[in-house]
Amino acid sequence: MAKLDLVMYEEEYKALQDIIGRLQRDAQAKVVFLVDKNGQQIAAAGDVRSIDATSLASLTAGNVAATDGLAKLIGEKEFSLLFHEGEKDNLHISIVGKRGILVVIFDQNSSLALVRLRVKKASRELQEIFDKVEIRAQSESGGSARFESPFSEITDEDIDKLFGD
Amino acid sequence: MTFINYASREINCKIVYYGPGLCGKTTNIQWIYEQANPEKKGKLVSLATETDRTLFFDFLPLDMGTVKGFKVRFHLYTVPGQVFYDASRKLILRGCDGVIFVADSQRPRMEANIESIANLATNLKENGFDIRSIPYVLQLNKRDMPSAAPADEMERLLRFRNEPMIEAVANRGTGVIETLKACARQILLELQKG
Ligand SMILES: Nc1nc2c(ncn2[C@@H]2O[C@H](COP(=O)(O)OP(=O)(O)OP(=O)(O)O)[C@@H](O)[C@H]2O)c(=O)[nH]1
Ligand SMILES: [Mg+2]
Repeated sequence: MAKLDLVMYEEEYKALQDIIGRLQRDAQAKVVFLVDKNGQQIAAAGDVRSIDATSLASLTAGNVAATDGLAKLIGEKEFSLLFHEGEKDNLHISIVGKRGILVVIFDQNSSLALVRLRVKKASRELQEIFDKVEIRAQSESGGSARFESPFSEITDEDIDKLFGD
Repeated sequence: MTFINYASREINCKIVYYGPGLCGKTTNIQWIYEQANPEKKGKLVSLATETDRTLFFDFLPLDMGTVKGFKVRFHLYTVPGQVFYDASRKLILRGCDGVIFVADSQRPRMEANIESIANLATNLKENGFDIRSIPYVLQLNKRDMPSAAPADEMERLLRFRNEPMIEAVANRGTGVIETLKACARQILLELQKG
């Protein structure tokens, strides 16, 4: 199980955050989210407080998972892009690498063409970081982790405390 | 897949409630939602049919507090139990850290429980997990029903790896937190192994 874990360190996280922030400005988007395919939010930029980010991450992942299922049914590997057009706001969802989903919310201050263009560039950059994380994870699973796992000595009391008793 | 973020010092774990139709998966999560401290819980998202059957999933994010300086957050999901939603069930298991199997204690549902465990094993396998080793809890729900089978009989039929087995009446909250805790404990101890 451990090998599947996504472990992210400070500088990688910061690099992702920088790319997301730049995308949000360059695409003139309201909000940009980077979400994991399993429904967990990784990074966000823009007017984040206007949206329930946790629900957005989970529903986006569900949406992408369902669409993946549809793709397989008709013999496609995946659909790399989803676009939902609303009256005011639009939702642009694209896949980054194996595990990332990029969600861009934009209104009439931007356009689909601009968003597409900027997303393409940002996706390449994000992909590089994801690759690095993966390579590092593989080399660390060989033995010498950079940090001692903070969980090497979890006690039953720690767990009881989480449940408030 | 546990997501450990050293930058924001957060750990996110995904726990999936599995089991046959109407066994009480959604009821478990609803009860947790209703009694959780408002600062700790996010929104409960339910994608359900008009008759309140789960259509795709229920989702509840919970902030549990900190362990070793890391914020621990659980993402609770339920699957749709009705047999024909199998494709959706498979998708929801993707990247899960632990599974809670909610069994329906009513005697006429025993066959459905057994089938659902077999279905869980298949779907876990397709997601690269092994039902014999993933963090796992067996909940015997609906203990209040007159047609409930004795617990030891259910144990013989449904328990297969010495997993924690907890009796529950989910709509009254009996056993609900205990079940979640038994699953959380296994997940956190798993992290410890690295
Ligand atoms: N008597 C009794 N009723 C229960 C118990 N737990 C759940 N129920 C009821 O059983 C019915 C079905 O519960 P749900 O939680 O919706 O079942 P589910 O497993 O989510 O069903 P699907 O979404 O179709 O898979 C509801 O009417 C609940 O109130 C219990 O312990 N005892
Ligand atoms: Mg349900």
